[in-house]
Amino acid sequence: MVLDQVTGGAHADSESNCLSDSGAQQPTAGEQALSAMRPGPASSEFPFSAIVGQDELKLALVLVAIDPSIGGVLALGDRGTGKSTSVRALASVLPPITTVVGCPYNCDPSQSTCDCEACQNKLATKVAPMRIVDLPLGATEDRVVGALNIERALVDGVKAFEPGLLARANRGFLYIDEVNLLEDHLVDLLIDVAASGENVVEREGLSVRHPSRFVLVGSGNPEEGELRPQLLDRFGLSAHVTTPADLDTRVEIVLRRDRFERARLAFIGEWQASEVALRERILAARLLLPTIESPKAVIAKAAQLCLQLGTDGLRGELTLLRAARSFAAFQGDGAVRDDHLRHVATLCLRHRLRRNPLDDSGSSVRVERVLAELFDR
Amino acid sequence: MTTAAPAIQPSAWADAVLAAAILALDPEGIGGCVVRAPAGPVRDAWLALACSLLPAGSPTRRLPLNTTVDRMLGGLDLSATLASGRRVLEKGVLASANGGFLIVPMAERWSAAAAAHIASTLDRRQVTVERDGLQERTPARFAVIAFDEGMPDENRPPHTLMERLALHIDLRSCSQADIADCRAVDGSIDRHGPVDAPMADTPIIKALCATSLAFGIESLRPPLFALTVARLNAKLCGRSTVTEADAVIAARLVLAPRATTVPANPGSPDDQSEAQEAQKEQAGDQSESADDDTVDVTSLTDRLISAASATLPANLLRTDGAKSVSRTASDGKVGAERRTLLRGRVTGVQPASRACKARLNVLATLRAAAPWQRVRRAEEGSTRNNFQSSPRVRIRRDDFRVNSYKHQSGSTIIFAVDASGSSALHRLSEAKGAVELLLAECYARRDNVALVSFRGATSEVLLAPSRSLARAKRCLAEIPGGGGTPLAAGIETAMSIAESVRRKGDAPLIVLMTDGRANVARSGQGGRAGAEAEAIAAARDVRFARIAALLIDTSPRPHPFAAVVADELGARYFPLPHADAAAISNVIERERVGLQGR
Repeated sequence: MVLDQVTGGAHADSESNCLSDSGAQQPTAGEQALSAMRPGPASSEFPFSAIVGQDELKLALVLVAIDPSIGGVLALGDRGTGKSTSVRALASVLPPITTVVGCPYNCDPSQSTCDCEACQNKLATKVAPMRIVDLPLGATEDRVVGALNIERALVDGVKAFEPGLLARANRGFLYIDEVNLLEDHLVDLLIDVAASGENVVEREGLSVRHPSRFVLVGSGNPEEGELRPQLLDRFGLSAHVTTPADLDTRVEIVLRRDRFERARLAFIGEWQASEVALRERILAARLLLPTIESPKAVIAKAAQLCLQLGTDGLRGELTLLRAARSFAAFQGDGAVRDDHLRHVATLCLRHRLRRNPLDDSGSSVRVERVLAELFDR
Repeated sequence: MTTAAPAIQPSAWADAVLAAAILALDPEGIGGCVVRAPAGPVRDAWLALACSLLPAGSPTRRLPLNTTVDRMLGGLDLSATLASGRRVLEKGVLASANGGFLIVPMAERWSAAAAAHIASTLDRRQVTVERDGLQERTPARFAVIAFDEGMPDENRPPHTLMERLALHIDLRSCSQADIADCRAVDGSIDRHGPVDAPMADTPIIKALCATSLAFGIESLRPPLFALTVARLNAKLCGRSTVTEADAVIAARLVLAPRATTVPANPGSPDDQSEAQEAQKEQAGDQSESADDDTVDVTSLTDRLISAASATLPANLLRTDGAKSVSRTASDGKVGAERRTLLRGRVTGVQPASRACKARLNVLATLRAAAPWQRVRRAEEGSTRNNFQSSPRVRIRRDDFRVNSYKHQSGSTIIFAVDASGSSALHRLSEAKGAVELLLAECYARRDNVALVSFRGATSEVLLAPSRSLARAKRCLAEIPGGGGTPLAAGIETAMSIAESVRRKGDAPLIVLMTDGRANVARSGQGGRAGAEAEAIAAARDVRFARIAALLIDTSPRPHPFAAVVADELGARYFPLPHADAAAISNVIERERVGLQGR
C-alpha cells in the first residue's frame, strides 16, 4: 500500500512539467532545457519577485509561508489582475520541509502523529519542497478526501486506502482558483477539515484518519458570486487585488510578461537571485518567529481593534496577532509593535466585519477608519 | 513608421478573415475567438475558413451545452479498467481538442461555473483530472471558438471565458455577398509555422497599453493579447518589425470590442488636446527625461484610438452586460421554457434509495461494486455449480448509485424603479436600500436580483440578473434621477428580463416601484392619456405571460391609476407612502416566499 502511494505522489509532482508534454506544438529548445534542468514544481512559473505591484497579496502569501497557522489567504479581485499568477509563483520562494520518506501525508519526522507504516518505522527522512496542491473545480469528492484504491481492489481483492488531495496538501498549500464557484459539497468538506486539521474518512467500509493541515489559498472574482460566510471565516487573511491604473506600471507588467512568454528560461534566470534572497528571508523569519515577543500593550490594542470593529468571535484577534508576529519576524524585529499590527490589520479583518448593506463604504474603508482612530490620536 | 489609413475602414468580414488567419498562426497564444453571430451560412463560412487554416489533421471538437463535467474533463474508462486491471483514463472533450479548436456553440448560455473548467484548462494548457479515483494531467493546448448567439438584450457569454479569448469579432452585419468578396483574399494567407513573430518596440507596447486604458479596459490580459496579435499580424504580413499598422489591427480586433467607455473623440481638436494633456500627465514623471518618446507614444495612441473607435458599436457601452434597451416587436420568445427535474449540473453521487426515480450513475455503481468482486466470486463459487456460467461483474442492490443534481430554480427579483422627476429622489435611495438588503441575503438563498430604471424617454437595464453585491452596488450608485415617467417602457424592459429568466428555468418576480404618473409614451412623446394607455397594454402583456409581479406605490398620496396598473399586471398593490428600505424588503420577501410555494 505504501509503495503505491509513493509512486502516486511522484507522479503528481510531474504536474508542473506540462511544458515538456508534447502538445500540438513542440516546446522550444529553451523550454525543454528548462524542464530538464529544473524539474521542481516551480520550474515553469512566473518568478514571485518579478510580479509588479500586488503588494498586499504578496505580503499575505509571505506571512502565511512564515507562519502557516495564520490560516490561509483569500485573494479577491477583478479579472486579469494576476491573482493565480502570484499564488503559483509562491512555490519558488517557499522554503523546503523535512518529511518522512514514504509517508503519504508528508509528516514531520520530529512530531509525527500519523499511523502510516513509514512514520511508525521512521526509516529515513528527506527534504522536500513545500507543495502547492491545486484543487480543480471539477474534482470529485473521492479524490479530495481519498477513497478506495480501485486498482488494488481489482487486482488483489484488497481494500486499500488511496490518499486524496487533502493528504497531499498536508503541510503545504491547497489552492483553489475561482473559489466562489466551488461546488457546495466540496466546500462543506473543506470547511470541516480546514478547522480540525484532520481528515476523517468513513466510507465504503474504510475508516481512516490522517493529518491534513494546510494553508488554504483561494482566489476569485467577487462579481461571480459571494462566498459562504463559514468558508470566508477559514481564511486568515483576505487580500484585495486591483489592476494598477497608471500607465507606466501597466506597461512594465506587460513588458515583463511578454519577456517571460518569449524566453522563460532567461527570464527566470534573471530573477533567480532575488528569488533565493526572498526564500532565505522567509526561512530566517521562520527561525526568528518563536522568539518574537508580544507585549501586553499590543495584545490589548488588538483586542480593542476587534471590539470596535465588531468582528465575530476570537478568531480575528488571534489571526491579527499571529500575522503581526509573522510580519515582525519578516522585518527582523524582536517584538511586535503597533506599526506591525497596523500594517496587517486590514488584511486580517476586512472579511470579518458584519455585512452592512446600507453602509456604502467598503469593509477596507471601515477598518481603515477605526485604525486611524486607534493609532493616530 | 508608416501611417495607417484610418479613412478606409475594412469590412467586418475582412476583419473576421484576418482574425481567422491570426488565430491559425498561434492558436494557443491567442486563446481563441468570440464570434458574435446567429447560426447561418456566414458563421459556417467563417468556421470552415478558420478550420481550413489549421494544419491538416488538427482536431476540432464541439462542446455542446449539455456536456457533463465528466465528459468535459474525462474520467475512468471502466471497461478498459476492468479488462486490464489497471486504471485507464477516458479522455474528455477538452483533452481531445489538443492541438486544434474547441468549438463552443451557444456560449451565452453557459454558466460561469461550467465555463470555469474551460478557463482553467486554457490557463494551464492542460486538463487536470482529479476524478473517479484518477489523477491525471493531459495536455490540452487548443483555441476556443465561442459562438455568441445572444439577442441584443440577453446575456453575453461568461466573463471568465470572454476574458481569455483574445479576438472578438461580430459577423451580424455580414451578408452572403461579403463572404464571396473576400474569398479571393484567403489564398494569400500563409499558414502555420514556428511562432517566431517579430518583437515590438517599447513605444508600440506603451501605445497599446494607453489605448486599452482609454477604452476603459481594466484587465491586463487585453493589452497583452493586443501585443501578441500585433506581432502575429506583422509576421502574417512578412514584416520583421511590428509597425503602427499592426498595432491598429490589434486595437481593432482585441481592444475596441472590449471597450467600456468611449474615449474622448480625437477627431475634434478640443478633445484631442485634452486627451493629450491627460496622457502627458499620466506619463508625467518620465516626460522630462524622455520628452520626444512621450510625444511619439501619445500621438501614436491617438491614432490607434481613432482607428479603432470607428468600429465601436454605435450604441455603447456600459459594463457587465447592462445596456440601454431599445426593444422592438421582433424580440419575442426564443424557444420554449425548459425545466426538468434532471436538468442542471451533477453535484455528487449518492447511494440509491429503493423507490428512487433518478438516473442511475453506471460508472459509480460499477465502481462501488468493483472492490467486492473477488470476495463475491469466492462466496458464490462455494455455493454454485462450477459449470454454471457466472456473470462477469457481480452487482448487488447496495452498489447502486445515482447522481444528485443541483436544483437551480431560484427566483430572480426584477426591480423596475421609477427614477422620474415625479418620484422624489429619496424614493430612489430607498429602492436602492431595499435592493441591497435583499442582495445581502442572496448568497444564502441563491436568488438573483436585476435592476431596471426608467425615466425621461427610455428605460435602462442597470443590472442584468446577478447575485453579486459588489456589482449591484456599483450599478446602484450610478442611477440618475429626473425627467418624465415612461411607465410602459419600464414595464416592457422588466418583462423582457423576466422572460429570459424564465427561459433559464428560474422564477421571475417583477417589483414595480412607481407613483404611477405615466406621462411619456414609448415613442418618447409626452401626453398623459397616450402614456397611460400604453402602460396598461404593457401591463396586460405581463399578466398574460403569467409573470408574477407586485407594485409598490411610492407616492406620498397614492393615486388611483397606480392601482389600475397593478390590476392589469395581475399584481398585488402596496401603497407604501412612508416605506423605508426594510419595509420594502419585508413586503418583497413575503411575496417571494409565496411565489416559491406556488
